Amino acid sequence: MIIEAGHFALVLALVLAVAQTIVPLVGTLGADRQLAETAPSIAISQFIFVALAYGALTYAHVVSDFSVQNVYENSYSKMPLIYKITGVWGNHEGSMLLWVLILATFGAAVAAFSRHLPRDLRANVIAMQGLLGTAFLLFILLTSNPFLRLYPAPAQGMELNPILQDYGLAIHPPLLYLGYVGFSVTFAFAAAALISGRIDPAWARFVRPWTLIAWIFLTLGIAMGSYWAYYSLGWGGFWFWDPVENASLMPWLAGTALLHSVSVMEKRDALKVWTIFLAVLTFSLSLLGTFLVRSGVLTSVHAFAVDPRRGVFILAILIFFIGGSLALFAWRASTLKPGGIFAPVSREGGLVLNNLLLTAACATVVIGTLYPLALQALTGEKITVGPPFFDITIAPFALVLVLAMPFGPLLAWKRGDLFGVAQRLMVAAVLGLVAALLFAAAKGGPVMAPVGAGLAVWLIVGSMVDLYGRSIQRSSGFGAALSRLRGLPRSVWGSNLAHLGFGITLLGLAATGWGVERVINMKPATSYALGPWQISFDHVRKRTAPNYEETYTVMTIGDGGGPVAVVQPSKRYFPARQIDKTEAGIKTLGLGQVYISIANEKPDGSLDARLYWKPLVSLIWLGALLMGFAGALSLSDLRLRIGFARRALPKALKAAE
Amino acid sequence: MTRKQRRLTMIFAAMAVLGSASGLALFALRGNIELFLTPSELAKDHVLPGTHLRIGGLVEKGSVKREPGNRISFAVTDNKSDVKITFVGLLPDLFREGQGIIADGVLKTPDVFVADQVLAKHDERYVPKNVEEDLKKQGLWRDQAAMN
Repeated sequence: MIIEAGHFALVLALVLAVAQTIVPLVGTLGADRQLAETAPSIAISQFIFVALAYGALTYAHVVSDFSVQNVYENSYSKMPLIYKITGVWGNHEGSMLLWVLILATFGAAVAAFSRHLPRDLRANVIAMQGLLGTAFLLFILLTSNPFLRLYPAPAQGMELNPILQDYGLAIHPPLLYLGYVGFSVTFAFAAAALISGRIDPAWARFVRPWTLIAWIFLTLGIAMGSYWAYYSLGWGGFWFWDPVENASLMPWLAGTALLHSVSVMEKRDALKVWTIFLAVLTFSLSLLGTFLVRSGVLTSVHAFAVDPRRGVFILAILIFFIGGSLALFAWRASTLKPGGIFAPVSREGGLVLNNLLLTAACATVVIGTLYPLALQALTGEKITVGPPFFDITIAPFALVLVLAMPFGPLLAWKRGDLFGVAQRLMVAAVLGLVAALLFAAAKGGPVMAPVGAGLAVWLIVGSMVDLYGRSIQRSSGFGAALSRLRGLPRSVWGSNLAHLGFGITLLGLAATGWGVERVINMKPATSYALGPWQISFDHVRKRTAPNYEETYTVMTIGDGGGPVAVVQPSKRYFPARQIDKTEAGIKTLGLGQVYISIANEKPDGSLDARLYWKPLVSLIWLGALLMGFAGALSLSDLRLRIGFARRALPKALKAAE
Repeated sequence: MTRKQRRLTMIFAAMAVLGSASGLALFALRGNIELFLTPSELAKDHVLPGTHLRIGGLVEKGSVKREPGNRISFAVTDNKSDVKITFVGLLPDLFREGQGIIADGVLKTPDVFVADQVLAKHDERYVPKNVEEDLKKQGLWRDQAAMN
């Protein structure tokens, strides 16, 4: 009964989404204020019904109702509760429902936090969100219905794919979707602005917090996905240039460009056409990603086994939204007047350079990802574009970007002093160079490792120069500097810390060049050297959990002087699906990690194992976390706060009286 | 600087970056494309030994052998032809007989392929797409949904 209610709620949500699209649009185009003002309440009720449907599916998973096909195929009564709940989105239908739930959540959030928006902009934004909701609700109901019943009901389910039985599934997909779908808001804002034809710095001020929210989630989502792949796949790799990973990187690159260009538009009324275009592009790439992952067109190591017929539907949605918004863009772009003038060497100029590099990098990722698909469609030839392609094409852009990054925040708006800024960055340049030389002398390794580490130091120190310069002034004490530092706008902290976070990630990436990898046959009670460590294989044991049996080994990590830590790499066997799963044994030592994954035990008691020592590897994800935190800091900046303009004005007037 | 000059500078910069992007992409595409073949395509196409490529197919039943020095050999088939593959290292969890896999490596002699990497899909119901198409053509494909 609850299942049917969920299904019905989803159909009602579709009806509401259609209403959410049409009513506000009719209201604004026909200048009927009352019609236009129904938009927020429709958006909120649409959210409620999608949430009810989602709740119903979650309920079916939690109580293991195997008469529901989706539960039967992806759940198992003995699974821990957390995986029953996260298993809701561990399959195609459920993950699309999560997608729509997040879309509806953003729709409701826009409705709730937009009272200060111009009326027609508000109504049009909500209508665009409604249009997206309509398309994806139709997709779910017509091609991917999670509420289908089975008769007779099987007694036991087929279990969630063991690889997905991991805390990573609880964290990564929701974060990634919050990022992906979060850009629907900026898209809706862009489309709404194009419809009403009014695009000004105020528009940029409204859009910026939403862009920032989506960017934070996407950054964290990609980082968590990469860490999950790293610890669970057992290969020690964290980024494979797999098309599905590229699908999340493309909107991140475009979204990062958007984040920077929105600030130019807000502060200087420049780059309007470009910013609108980026807003459209970013979400289009999110849609493209959804298409790539959910349509089954890819020969990829990720992705669930999916029905190719769904691909046609998503492709239609993709073409409709990208084509429609570009047509709207072509119609309106010529009416936009370019705003503030600036010299090439200026903050704006720096941000333009950032945008050029990021979009060019994004374009090469798009080419590398889509070229094999296009070639297969056109000639039937099947090819793979491998990691070397991406390494070669991305590295030069990343290099220039990292060299330029410390300059940006130090340049003045309108006209900057390149020579002056270069002088302030002298310290960073010298330290970066020294670091590169020291690393090269001490550690050697492939040439990219010391070069990357030197660049990382340049970026880290360079990002602190701005904060230092703003706090320390001649003839003032330490306390004054500290209080000045505390008084800095949080968005200044935010942008500098985000750059710093990127530098930290870069340092972690560079250090992969100094890693040690060994594939060996290990015998019990024997010790093996791994970089600075001694790994000894002590013994093998077995244990059982409700839904799997585990064979684990105990290995001791020593540093020559004695034992430092113990890891337990293991193999789990899941009887319901008859699948083995490797659990790597990972120990963080300092900022590096020892990573061991094992194969099955051999009759003579030995086992094959893959051992890694990865110095500084944790910096890759710590840097990304810092970037997310920096974004949150920026978001909390009073000047950016969504309703601030409205609230601050009366206060300022009172003060004047 | 006038508005016109500024615009020209901007356009010039954009062209330079986009030009180098497409140049790089084309250059990298030339050297880093890997063909993806099924065993019967490999048999038909006379690929030169030494070529780096990917082979996709099902692990043939009864073909997996462990050889000394961590070396594993197995055959990959699309039920028409098969290729002998050797690999040193740890196989992915989902690797087993009858499973669809992708081997990434170099063709050493016309019928021995040395893989540097063996990939199996996250989903154990996965069959490489190209193999699925071929199996369907031969009428050997059994729809998983029908089997459940």
